[in-house]
Amino acid sequence: MSNRFKLITDGFVKNNPTFVLILGMCPTLATTTSAINGLSMGLATLFVLVLSNIVISAIAPVVPDKVHIPAYIVVIATFVTLVQLLMQAFTPAMYETLGLFIPLIVVNCIILGRAEAFASKNGVLDSACDGLGVGLGFTCSLTVLGAVREMLGSGSIFGWNFLGGNDGMLAFVMAPGAFICLGYLMVLFNKFLKKS
Amino acid sequence: MEYFLIIISAIFVNNIVLAQFLGICPFLGVSNKLSTATGMSMAVCFVITLATLVTYLINKYLLIPFNITFLQTIAFILVIAALVQMVEIVLKKTSPSLYQALGIFLPLITTNCAVLGVAIDVVTKQFTFGGEAHFLNLGEAMVYAFATSLGYGLAMVIFAGIREHLAMNDVPKAFKGVPIALISVGILALAFMGFSGMVK
Repeated sequence: MSNRFKLITDGFVKNNPTFVLILGMCPTLATTTSAINGLSMGLATLFVLVLSNIVISAIAPVVPDKVHIPAYIVVIATFVTLVQLLMQAFTPAMYETLGLFIPLIVVNCIILGRAEAFASKNGVLDSACDGLGVGLGFTCSLTVLGAVREMLGSGSIFGWNFLGGNDGMLAFVMAPGAFICLGYLMVLFNKFLKKS
Repeated sequence: MEYFLIIISAIFVNNIVLAQFLGICPFLGVSNKLSTATGMSMAVCFVITLATLVTYLINKYLLIPFNITFLQTIAFILVIAALVQMVEIVLKKTSPSLYQALGIFLPLITTNCAVLGVAIDVVTKQFTFGGEAHFLNLGEAMVYAFATSLGYGLAMVIFAGIREHLAMNDVPKAFKGVPIALISVGILALAFMGFSGMVK
């Protein structure tokens, strides 16, 4: 039990996909224009990660070694299509905002990485916990990055405009701000959280 | 004229790395040296153009007539994975020297989201390029894909040059490696923002 709990908590700091493993940079940078966008992208990835980890850990013993990568990709792509259709049906506005980056969850290296490194070698429950931990860690980092960019770029947080005006530093909502914010957040992470 | 606008737009205005955030992982991963960066850009250029051609045709003549466009993501990623494998095999047999140059980068490209991103973009998005919003025809799609991959190469080579200089500088410990690289990309992206508005 404590072991599984550790699998979940590891995803936050020790194995944080964004700040430590530096995986899945494209959605991290592209979708974090606001805290809520980052959160949604994180949750979509979390959903795919947990389900694909479960299925892959279940099928791994019977999949021939030669075709394991294509087989895993098909599993992942299936769940991504599921998310795509669900989001289109229930949150069409968010689907429009995240756009291309929903189908691109397929090529998010975090998911295939966890499938290869963990799910293919461990049991179903452990893999589900690992997926949950890494997924939550990813969601958390995306939300933090989104919140920082939203505060600097549009002076609001989760849509609540605390400056009372419309004057943020627009560059932070656009491409350069994404790189610079992530860079500085990584510096803070290295300085205060990472154990050497 | 329109092709010219597509090229300018894809390389500078909507640079795939610096404005659209596609293909960041290999961008950060193999940009330590100028020579590997050039090799990777050439491999990406080759695969993006080829993959876009194949997926465009598959979408037009297979997915749309049978009304199964919801399979787009699965179909495209499988096509790209198969294509990369095939290119690898063919190159190995026919042009060993090119294989030597691109070889090690090819397997990495399957998970490069720039390839899937461009393939999905050209069949689902409407582009304007100065005129009315429209879906791209095959010729435009090919030009767009090729120009986009040139933009990828451009960003990659510039950044590799910057990184070679960064490696010689003494940066604070917490900034070492990826953080300082990200901040430099940010400044580079800021420079590329100067092109925005040139092509609508």
